[in-house]
Amino acid sequence: MRHLLSIEDLDRTGIERLCDRAASFAEVADRPIKKVPALRGRTVLNLFYESSTRTRSSFELAAKRLSADVVNFAASGSSVEKGESLRDTVQTLAAHRPHAIVVRTPWAGASKLITQWTDAAIVNAGDGQHEHPTQALLDIYTLRSRLGSLDGLNVWVVGDVRHSRVARSLVLGLQTMGAKVTVCGPPTLVPSDIAVLGCEVRYTLDDLPEADVVYALRMQNERMKEAYVPSLREYAAAYQISARRLGARQLLMHPGPVNRGVELAGDVVDGPQSLILDQVRAGVLVRMAVLYEVLASGGGPTSPPDGRRGRGGRTGGPDSNTPQELHPA
Amino acid sequence: MSLEPLVRAPAADADVLLRRVHVLDPRAGIDAPHDVLVRGGVVAEIGTPGGLEAAEGVEVVDGEGLHLFPGFVDPHVHLRTPGQEYKEDLETGTRSAAAGGYCAVVAMPNTSPVVDSSSLLGSLRDLASRLARIPVGFTAAITLGLEGKHLTEMNELRQAGAVGFTDDGRPVTDAGVLRKAIQYQRLCGGVIALHEEDPSLSAGGSMREGTVSARLGIAGVPWLSESTMVARDAALAGYEDGRLHFQHLSCVASVDALRAAKAQGFKVSGEASPHHLCLTHEAVRDLNTSMKMNPPLGFEEDRKALIEGVRDGTIETIATDHAPHARDEKEMPFEQAPMGTTGLESAFAAVYSELVKPGILPLATVVDRLIGGAALMELPTPTVAVGARANLCLVDLEREWTVGADGYESKSGNCCFDGRSFHGRVLMTVADGAVAYRERSFAVHAA
Repeated sequence: MRHLLSIEDLDRTGIERLCDRAASFAEVADRPIKKVPALRGRTVLNLFYESSTRTRSSFELAAKRLSADVVNFAASGSSVEKGESLRDTVQTLAAHRPHAIVVRTPWAGASKLITQWTDAAIVNAGDGQHEHPTQALLDIYTLRSRLGSLDGLNVWVVGDVRHSRVARSLVLGLQTMGAKVTVCGPPTLVPSDIAVLGCEVRYTLDDLPEADVVYALRMQNERMKEAYVPSLREYAAAYQISARRLGARQLLMHPGPVNRGVELAGDVVDGPQSLILDQVRAGVLVRMAVLYEVLASGGGPTSPPDGRRGRGGRTGGPDSNTPQELHPA
Repeated sequence: MSLEPLVRAPAADADVLLRRVHVLDPRAGIDAPHDVLVRGGVVAEIGTPGGLEAAEGVEVVDGEGLHLFPGFVDPHVHLRTPGQEYKEDLETGTRSAAAGGYCAVVAMPNTSPVVDSSSLLGSLRDLASRLARIPVGFTAAITLGLEGKHLTEMNELRQAGAVGFTDDGRPVTDAGVLRKAIQYQRLCGGVIALHEEDPSLSAGGSMREGTVSARLGIAGVPWLSESTMVARDAALAGYEDGRLHFQHLSCVASVDALRAAKAQGFKVSGEASPHHLCLTHEAVRDLNTSMKMNPPLGFEEDRKALIEGVRDGTIETIATDHAPHARDEKEMPFEQAPMGTTGLESAFAAVYSELVKPGILPLATVVDRLIGGAALMELPTPTVAVGARANLCLVDLEREWTVGADGYESKSGNCCFDGRSFHGRVLMTVADGAVAYRERSFAVHAA
């Protein structure tokens, strides 16, 4: 895997391989010294044009647990605020020769665009409302760990689908793994064309009991330049997942951060059916697996195709220490 | 109007004999091989193939296998002057037009500053009289600063040479303001050309709302943002008996609204761009910013309706909406990039290759629509006729070429057809009697 830009870069085998690799890293998290030397000497750059706590810190932890050097670049307080273009920022940072760049931007397709400007491996940590593939991978990993298989699993994705990059990657990824996906929310937040992803579209929670897993999305107030629902109160009345609506055998997920009292009632967030903290833990493992795959497992930077992108090629070969050798599962 | 509507830099009158060219001038009813002699910039003689002799000093072109059309007229281009000369200027823009076979273009006023005063218009025309390779007409804004609020001094602008009026790039959202402009048109004349878009429906959108935008998570522009405005303004045209032209139509419902308005006898006209005739929103899937334009690329059914509109004459002209942007402006994430594609150099080849060659539209129809912009802008229609100023376009229909492979005459390369291989290469353009363009490999044989 050269880059991870879209969940569609991975077929079922690829997703399973990443999940297996993530599982092999799980043991590292339980050690007193949570570190393996797999990416020693590699540099991972976190390039974040949007605020992020969990995704950025989880990529940072993932890289550090693999012994990579990590540089965090946040757009606020940087040259970006002085009007530097994405291309110039990327090329400036790329001049420091990072091996991988983890990118989050508010713009669809930006991570793919960046692959044209650097020979570093690019990992999409969210591009606009387009995709968030590592979130989908960690969600799949979480469900797989809990249930074994996703074949035939019925997943409802509830809430603000329109503004959700999580939803787009998740719907596609879950379907690749054999699950059946239904998206549900008010029509203003669920574009009817979203069925193009292959999912079912519902506007009420009437059939929610058919779900095995309820995946609530965050109301992305920060992305809404206008009111998509008359009030959050009415939204909550119609779409909030509460103990009353959540069946006893149903699992609950949420990509975080939760708006308690909006898309989720407080009682279910902390309830026994909630996988929310499992998702957070899975985040580091899956991102370790992704970084490992793009950097150590035969991928990673190669010689630049032309002189524009910098001199010479780095030794892109795999580190001799694979995690399997170091930490037999 | 007291001034000549078109301006260009002085150029030497052509003396050229085009031998054995296939002349196709649909409006003059010519579709046959001829010799065409141009003397002193005027079509002096049209004779049987091989029948005319060149006097000394007359350039002779062997036109065997080549087509000669009246020069094309584009009623909708952005020459970016004043204010954005890094994207295009009057010289490069008209050179680009000449390379596409155009003998006249009409420039939009959404420059920086906006062309909304007669002094600015006068200085632009003055500049064009020194720089323009082919004749250029300038439109003025309908409203001051394109803000949609206060009418410009339309009468004075008209007297200063404005071909017509448009707030292109923006709609005139307020129907009352547009109504007053139409009323004022009775005094000053000049077509009012409209960019139709309801911003309350299109706001924030970067591409057509549909399955592709849903997949990409990019905010979409619904097609009815255009068609509802076309329908509204067609009604205004009818009510006030005004003359309106609808720019760059992009959807089924807009074509239907235009057709219905014409059936009622309203004085309305419409244009379609080569990109809306040849591409759909599927082209946006990989987020190439050259595919980002306003109005955005539509669905296949829209494309078909536009083609049908061109065929039946509902849409009288193919206009490029040539919209140059600098490379670094387009090397952006899709949602951040400015809207627009260049089009002058690829228009004929794109439409010929995509619509004529596969048998979808007759060549004569396409040529008719490429010259049709002149009459809509109340300009003389180019014609291959004895005694007429020479406005000609010599084309090799068989010649295959790749758009952008040899660069562009335009300052900008943001062409949605960049890299596409097309048939139909413009070899020579004569505009207002002067040779304005020669394709670089095109041999010249003096007599």
